[in-house]
Amino acid sequence: MLDAVIFMLGLGGVCGVVLSAASKIFYVYEDPRIAEIEGMLAGANCGGCGFAGCAAAAAGVVNGKASPSVCIVAGPETANAVAAVMGVDPGSAEPKKSNNLCEGGHRATDRYIYSGINSCRALSQLYGGKRDCSIGCLGYGDCVKSCLFDAIEMGPDGYPVVNEEKCVGCGACETACPKNILVVRTMSDKLLHFNQETNALAPCAQTCPAEIDIPEYIARIKKGDYAGAVNTIRERNPLLLACGRVCPHPCEDYCRRGIEDDPVSINQLKRFVADYEMNSGSRLPVTCAPSTGKKAAVVGGGPAGLSCAFFLRRLGHDVTIYDMMPKLGGMIRYGIPEYRLPKEVLQWEIDGILNLGVDYKPNVKFGKDFDLKSLKADGFEAVFLGIGAWKDYSLKVEGEDLDGCFTGIDFLTRFAVHQQKDSDKSVSIGTKCAVIGGGNTAIDCVRTLIRLGAKEVSIIYRRTRKEMPANMVEIEAAEHEGVLFNFLAAPTRVIGDENGKVKGLEYLKMELGEPDASGRRRPVPIEGSETVIDIDMLVTAIGQGPDTGFVEDIDDLKELELTRWNTIDAANPETLQANIPYVFSGGDAYTGASLVVEAIGGGRRAARSIHQYLTEQPVEPVTDSLYKTHIKESLFDTVPGVNKKARTPMPELPVDARIKSFVEADLVISESDAQFESSRCLSCCRLCYNKDSN
Amino acid sequence: MGDYIVLIISCIFVNNIMLAQFLGNCPFFGTSKKMETAVGMAMAVIFVLVLAGVITWMAEAFILKPFNLEYLRTIAFIVVIASLVQFVEMFLKKSIPALYAGLGIFLPLITTNCAVMGACLININEEYTFLQALVASFSYAVGFGLALILFAGVREKILLARVPKPLQDTSIALVTAGILSMAFYAFKGMV
Ligand SMILES: Cc1cc2nc3c(=O)[nH]c(=O)nc-3n(C[C@H](O)[C@H](O)[C@H](O)COP(=O)(O)OP(=O)(O)OC[C@H]3O[C@@H](n4cnc5c(N)ncnc54)[C@H](O)[C@@H]3O)c2cc1C
Repeated sequence: MLDAVIFMLGLGGVCGVVLSAASKIFYVYEDPRIAEIEGMLAGANCGGCGFAGCAAAAAGVVNGKASPSVCIVAGPETANAVAAVMGVDPGSAEPKKSNNLCEGGHRATDRYIYSGINSCRALSQLYGGKRDCSIGCLGYGDCVKSCLFDAIEMGPDGYPVVNEEKCVGCGACETACPKNILVVRTMSDKLLHFNQETNALAPCAQTCPAEIDIPEYIARIKKGDYAGAVNTIRERNPLLLACGRVCPHPCEDYCRRGIEDDPVSINQLKRFVADYEMNSGSRLPVTCAPSTGKKAAVVGGGPAGLSCAFFLRRLGHDVTIYDMMPKLGGMIRYGIPEYRLPKEVLQWEIDGILNLGVDYKPNVKFGKDFDLKSLKADGFEAVFLGIGAWKDYSLKVEGEDLDGCFTGIDFLTRFAVHQQKDSDKSVSIGTKCAVIGGGNTAIDCVRTLIRLGAKEVSIIYRRTRKEMPANMVEIEAAEHEGVLFNFLAAPTRVIGDENGKVKGLEYLKMELGEPDASGRRRPVPIEGSETVIDIDMLVTAIGQGPDTGFVEDIDDLKELELTRWNTIDAANPETLQANIPYVFSGGDAYTGASLVVEAIGGGRRAARSIHQYLTEQPVEPVTDSLYKTHIKESLFDTVPGVNKKARTPMPELPVDARIKSFVEADLVISESDAQFESSRCLSCCRLCYNKDSN
Repeated sequence: MGDYIVLIISCIFVNNIMLAQFLGNCPFFGTSKKMETAVGMAMAVIFVLVLAGVITWMAEAFILKPFNLEYLRTIAFIVVIASLVQFVEMFLKKSIPALYAGLGIFLPLITTNCAVMGACLININEEYTFLQALVASFSYAVGFGLALILFAGVREKILLARVPKPLQDTSIALVTAGILSMAFYAFKGMV
């Protein structure tokens, strides 16, 4: 008996000593929180969470791969305790949720009759499934069988529906699905997703430069779930009030209904829900990922900068916006006039972004008051340059700097500053005004001049109405408001009087010749057709480029590469990383003068790269990216099953009411019109769509 | 030489630790849902069982036997194997991180695996020499891995089949294991 006791004591002692020595010798630093969290989990090693055992799950929590609620056995108290160790709020920690990416279901047609066993995996072995659509749901519910939590069921339309409440994000469905229709993602993953060739996307969603899930938000409007629609838009675009008003909606050009009928008025629906949120009196909550403690600086508070800041903040980074103007918004505040986008509306939208915890510093100019060096010194690890395109091109004709001559941006900005009482500099206008140019800036100048009481306002453009780059609705509105259009006219000289004040403009008449590189017919001058018109004010708005003068003045910016259009260069249009690795750009500063949606998409793209950069991942473009292209098989020539239903017209103020003031000219559609318009949507996906019922 | 071949065949097939001697049921069912985990587990068992076989043989030969403490064999082996696994885990983590990344998560799960314990006890009962014990431990582990991987393959296929509701999941797995075990009975009498 005694020897047995001595032996066991000895054995235990030896093992103990050896192990404790080993733990010293083979010590590897491990986050102490892993052990702490492991102690809190159920210890059942059941694998229900998707990790191989509790230790692995605890390591997952600490490495950010799992949420505090990872343990499916232990329940909410444990989740709270784990969240406390991690220093995050269990509600806002990034849980993974399963998402169903296919809503084709029974709508998709079959290529062959399958009579094998009811299993997606088996069916997919046979030519990738029986459905026409190569990527869509097969409908046998392998995911439903794989889910241990009863969180997935086969919906009535033939595709799985995920119950977010029950889903723990274990990923069993993702593994079970042979078609990658079900994916488990965190909010951050969703915010960083960009369109891929393999995605289930309708043509409109492929076209939108901001990549908004258009069919999804229209479907939500149809169901009356306006909050859901706003949230869907906000996953891609934080400036929905602004876009709902000024976007020239390239998506509508690709609307499938538009092939047989008028396209769905997508942008008016966006404006409808955006206004709905604003008028409801409260903001919908926007969640942000747990803080990462990394700092990023955003230079320029235009749409690109605001979008970049919004997404970076939601990904958990600390963001500060720097802007040279007194208020944020960029061109949509200082270029686009009040009657198109009221400043109060814009401010409400910007406040929503700043409320997430985004810092901002106005009245500081990059290259003058601060630069890359000072940002680095302040602890910023990445810099986004979204400085827009604020430098007007000059006409390069004699007399363009006479008294009474303005450039487009200069005129609009001065007036906007004056109107917002940011300064008391006044703007004086003439009675007979000419505006040179055919873009949005030119149209905004003429419509502003009309509202300021100019007697005669004309547009001088060297091509024809068809070639004007301005938004079509804007051109029409300007025509209604009494603007004169002088097409096929190329200014050659500005004539001044003895006091150096402008008094006339000489131009050459043009005719259209062969198409040029942009596909538009090139205007050629008609010899001896010089004409002079009397004017007392001239605005030249023939385009603008970024003001990158700072590159010459500041030492560490000398190496920043620019293109020959003075835009900031990036090796890859999708990563938007400049040749200085911690500098990124987007919006007009990268593309040259473009659109608000384009700038918003660019801001999010840059936010993705900056996130990769800050979290020490390689900065890489999206795989199988659908950047600026379409999925060929999704573009149709005809769309059977569509009955003509007239598009909801845009309500606007009558002309005589609107030209006297700066009140908003375009109005929002009514709820019943929104319901009707959303019912015109065919809910398209890659191949399938809903036919009209009668 | 011939003896060893017979020993290997006997340990892997005829006396398969899992399917003929029914040891190590828990990991057999627990880690056989996915091929990936099954392979990882199989590797971990081979690794641990060879080490455990060697160490316990030495413990028996140099400590228990000389001091007439054979009656403490079971409890002593438990302590030795458990400590060994802990030690190996620490060692791998520090010195061979790549191997640890592959096997690490399985090691704690087999600390108290009865297949490991069983094989070690069999080695002693059969009065194997050191070399025989080494070969037998390795072969038993390979046999266990073989059974586990076969079973995982079958279970992956079962997922595709229409199983009546009351028989789903663990029940059908038990039935399958039984059939697999009967198949292995065909090896009986070979050696
Ligand atoms: C008159 C006009 C009408 C338009 N109409 C439409 C329309 O109807 N629909 C449409 O889609 N698009 C329209 N656009 C285009 C659209 O406004 C721009 O594409 C969009 O604003 C670009 O966003 P951005 O953030 O890249 O640049 P911007 O909006 O130009 O913002 C740049 C920001 O950077 C700041 N900044 C610049 N330099 C510095 C510096 N050195 N230091 C600090 N801050 C600096 C500026 O103050 C500004 O806030 C219009 C543009 C103009 C000029």
